[in-house]
Amino acid sequence: MTSTQEQNISKPKPDQLQQEIDPTAKMRAINVDVWFGKKQVLKSVNLTVKPNTVTAIIGPSGCGKSTFLRCFNRMHELAPNAKMAGQILLDGKDIYERQIDPVQIRRRVGMVFQKPNPFPTMSIYDNVAAGLKLTGTKKSKLLDEIVRHSLEQATLWDEVKDDLKKSGTSISGGQQQRLCIARAIALQPEVILMDEPCSALDPIATAKIEKLVIELKQEYAVVIVTHNMQQASRISDYTAFMYLGELIEFGETRQIFEKPKNKLTEKYITGEFG
Amino acid sequence: MMNSYGFRKFKNRLFFAICAICVVIAVVPLASIIFEVAKRGVPQLSWTFITATNGNSGIGPAIQGTLILIGLTSIIGIPIGVLSGIYLSEFGNNKYAQNLRTINNIIAQFPSIIVGITIYGLIVLTMGSFSAIAGSIALAFILIPIVTRTTEESLKLVPNNIREASLALGAHNWRTTLSVVLPAAKNGLLTGVLLAVARITGETAPLIITILGNRYFFQGLDKPLAALPLEIWKDALQPYAETQAQGWGAALILILMVLIINITVRLASRSRMKA
Repeated sequence: MTSTQEQNISKPKPDQLQQEIDPTAKMRAINVDVWFGKKQVLKSVNLTVKPNTVTAIIGPSGCGKSTFLRCFNRMHELAPNAKMAGQILLDGKDIYERQIDPVQIRRRVGMVFQKPNPFPTMSIYDNVAAGLKLTGTKKSKLLDEIVRHSLEQATLWDEVKDDLKKSGTSISGGQQQRLCIARAIALQPEVILMDEPCSALDPIATAKIEKLVIELKQEYAVVIVTHNMQQASRISDYTAFMYLGELIEFGETRQIFEKPKNKLTEKYITGEFG
Repeated sequence: MMNSYGFRKFKNRLFFAICAICVVIAVVPLASIIFEVAKRGVPQLSWTFITATNGNSGIGPAIQGTLILIGLTSIIGIPIGVLSGIYLSEFGNNKYAQNLRTINNIIAQFPSIIVGITIYGLIVLTMGSFSAIAGSIALAFILIPIVTRTTEESLKLVPNNIREASLALGAHNWRTTLSVVLPAAKNGLLTGVLLAVARITGETAPLIITILGNRYFFQGLDKPLAALPLEIWKDALQPYAETQAQGWGAALILILMVLIINITVRLASRSRMKA
């Protein structure tokens, strides 16, 4: 890394003021620091997620974007030696307050992982119903409806409606990932976090997921981590660029890609490093 | 070139030959034991032999006793072993659990006669009698560490992303373990449990000083009990050809029981391949 890049990183945070006065925010990260053991991996990151938008987080590998995403539903706590400071607000309330059970947060903030991970011992139907069953819903009629609705929303219903009893791992990788999205939707969360959901998929399956993400924002706020910049520019409304644990630039996707304010963002987007 | 190739080929064959010879050395005694037991045991087999009491030239009490011991030991030991294994695998990311794991591994290596003596001191002396319950507790002591370890190992094979998927759906830890992790580890778990049961089925030393043996059928959990390994041991010490022959019959039945458990294990692990 050259010294000019070092200087760019230490420039003042962009848009911070504008983010702080935005009353319509669904979620907000305020000065989030994260350590694994003694190593600090996130440094005072701020981000606002608006309802019914797709927010993309881009940046080179190891910049902390997945770690940051996992702070939004407290999945990050599961890692051994993980420590966090700062606040994450959901509808204005800090999800890290002591009396709040992370389990409740995770029902409101769903997550889709990098590698499709349907439950191997469950059928397609049970995979979608899993979230409700694991948290205590038993009414089968209600489950039937929710399963169908979720699969339809995940644009998977037509492909699996005759095979609902087959194993969740018997379908293709792209279908499995949409199954995982259906599983997240079934809980009717308010926000959906996606951690590089297409990185294990072929281009056709990727295109389907991208189309789905754009449809999902009609009902949910979506935050998606991706190392594919084209993907970020295609599907997101807002883009955050992270580098070495810091948020370098955040703004409307078009602005980030067409007129980045930060030199580092520009260099990353034009492919000079990454 | 050709020479060195020939030499390399020769070395390869030599290595193969040495391996094959070792396998023969290992298998011959085993096969001869099975052959001998079958040859001497089969003539003993009859309905009377497996149902009558010792006085009526049968080993019924010993078969019944071994089945009771397997049952009681399983009831006592399997839940404790499986739950400990779950603790170590799913919640065992701390110093306390690490110490437990070490202790568990040491106990798993314990000579079984020492377990027997411990139970003799703790239970037989306290109750004032050799008993079925003392025998099962001794066997449970041997079973628990094995089940704990195999449970922990088979749960650790379940990929972490499955756990994360469940937790991200807002399921609690216990729910995740019970509904997601355990079903995924089911086959490995079953195999481990059955192998542990097969192991305790043949244990003799701890039984000598806990259940003592009995010429009659089951008389109560607090009374002495018969068991196949004990029967074999006692029969073998007798100077009478007839009683020794009975011992061979008992040995055959014990081997058959362990074989059945092992076949069940094979079937269980075969279904794992399919899944």
